[in-house]
Amino acid sequence: MAGITRRQFVLGGAAAAGAVVASRGYSLIVPTQVASKGLSQSEEPSAGHPWAFVCDTTRCIGCGRCVAACKAENRVPPEPHTTRTWVERYVITQRGEVFVDSPEAGINGFSGPANVKYEGLEVKKTFFVPKLCNQCENPPCVRVCPVAATYMTREGVVLVDQEACVGCRYCIQACPYGARYMVPPHAEVTPTGQTGVADKCTWCYHRITKGLAPACVEACPVGARMFGDLRDPSDTVAKVLKEQRVYVLKGELGTRPKAYYIGLEEGVR
Amino acid sequence: MSGFAYPNEMETQWSLLIVLYPFITGLVAGAFMVSALYHVFGITRFRPIARFSLVAALAFLLVAPLPLLLHLGRPERALEMFLRPNFTSAMSGFGFIWSAYTLLVVVEIWLVFRRDIVGYAQTSHGPKKLLYSMLALGVFDVSEQTLHTDEKVAKVLAFIGIPSASLLHGYVGFIFGAVKANPWWSTPLMPLIFLLSAIVSGMALLLVMYVLVCRVRRVAADRECVSSLAKWLTGFLVIDLTLESLEVLFMLYESEESWDIISQLITQKLHYTFLGLQLGLGSLVPLFLLVSSGLARLRQRWGTALAFLASSLVLIGVFSMRWNVVIGGQMFSKSLRGFLTYNPPLMGREGVLVAAALMVLPLVLFATLVYFIPPWRQAGVTKEA
Repeated sequence: MAGITRRQFVLGGAAAAGAVVASRGYSLIVPTQVASKGLSQSEEPSAGHPWAFVCDTTRCIGCGRCVAACKAENRVPPEPHTTRTWVERYVITQRGEVFVDSPEAGINGFSGPANVKYEGLEVKKTFFVPKLCNQCENPPCVRVCPVAATYMTREGVVLVDQEACVGCRYCIQACPYGARYMVPPHAEVTPTGQTGVADKCTWCYHRITKGLAPACVEACPVGARMFGDLRDPSDTVAKVLKEQRVYVLKGELGTRPKAYYIGLEEGVR
Repeated sequence: MSGFAYPNEMETQWSLLIVLYPFITGLVAGAFMVSALYHVFGITRFRPIARFSLVAALAFLLVAPLPLLLHLGRPERALEMFLRPNFTSAMSGFGFIWSAYTLLVVVEIWLVFRRDIVGYAQTSHGPKKLLYSMLALGVFDVSEQTLHTDEKVAKVLAFIGIPSASLLHGYVGFIFGAVKANPWWSTPLMPLIFLLSAIVSGMALLLVMYVLVCRVRRVAADRECVSSLAKWLTGFLVIDLTLESLEVLFMLYESEESWDIISQLITQKLHYTFLGLQLGLGSLVPLFLLVSSGLARLRQRWGTALAFLASSLVLIGVFSMRWNVVIGGQMFSKSLRGFLTYNPPLMGREGVLVAAALMVLPLVLFATLVYFIPPWRQAGVTKEA
């Protein structure tokens, strides 16, 4: 398996700088290894993994493959406004204006004709920001659910028991990140066969508990999405959090997200 | 949509039915307060509407769960709210608060109307006699002593009813006020604003209903009662308006990150329903009408007409307030970078027609209830018992 050689390569003592450069070029499979390394198959999955997610906005190219992979992996209804993950494009002008868009949740990338509003603007910088459930340590969605259908597992992953959800949508209102949606009443494609219930990203709980990486991480061609176990010091995500300055979204709300961002700019919400 | 919104925000989650829900419970809480003012605090001028307001409260109370039920994605699971409540959620309290409060209002009505019910049971015939006998629950003792006991218990219940009514509506304000993700909702003033606007709307509703019912019955509305109600309404309206203004004033003065979008929301999206209907036509204009009709010694007919007009405007204003909170809070993206639109559909489970039916239903219930137990008639006072 190509992954093994690559891991061996990294572990084999290549210079740290070299590893970073190399991973930028070849990181197609790195995250998978990261996950499998951090989580040995024999372990009880619920034994308290301090899982974390890192999005590197300096790497994301806005291809949207993560969104497509998520829709396929989790049977997410195909409409753009029912999505577990999406990609935003930020355009910041010399005058300090901030423009954001996410056509079709970014699933088809941003290669189409640029939005008219960008014409004639003096662009200072532009970047992509992948979004997903932040798996908050202090999740407002769990607190407001009237029937405890939204709950946190022992590993700290927030899930929705769609067989219990009554569809009141309070959790959707309470999520500051827009991470939740309602499975449409007549949806043909559904994550669990339930319609009229709340749904959101689970960090691919069914995969990570088996030592696999989330589908979006797997699909990302540039390693902009990383997933790992903080308990393992050699884990890429653990290293990133140790070595780099990272940022969380809307930290002022006290939700304590476990999705961290590299290269965020003020104004990204 | 204009600007940017998160993809999942394209759909307005809480619809017109969720606007109706706090409007209806507000009317209930307010109507109950009026009856409590008479029963507990001895405001005797409310005597003509004390029983009237209880029946009105019940009629609206019975309809209150319907908009919620119709709005649920899985209505068949509604009872899960009782079976597996999560008490960190304000919403989980609904079923319990509503049930307890409904029970309280029903018992209160039974006590207050018991003498009438017994009287009807004794004087009517056939199925009606059977119905009233059943309603009397086998208690036909209407001696002075038992009636006195009834009165005392009713007073205690009305006393308990005040915090219950406040809870019934205050918690709705909590549901919105405690959503930190939404800067238009998140303020500790919200439960108070909901409560005050509830009292205001309940008083306005009673005034409107009382005047209309008197019209239908071709009797003169009690002048003291109407003017007294108008005065109380004025007082509560002033407090309500103060709180609502304070909320926005603080947002403006503190000018946090969200003020940029909130100010646009107020001036460009809600300018008609917030500035125009809620604050202008629904608060300031009725306030002016009420104060001026209080100052100018108008003839009774004009005084009542002005109070009626002012109360109707207040009802429009409070409905707009519910709209501005519920829908207004969903008209901008939580990214604070764009606006979303919501136009309620005419048809469908959450459409305008269903909403209209839900507003007519309490009136039908009220008419049915007053057919059997007319609150204005102390009839059936018999000496036979």
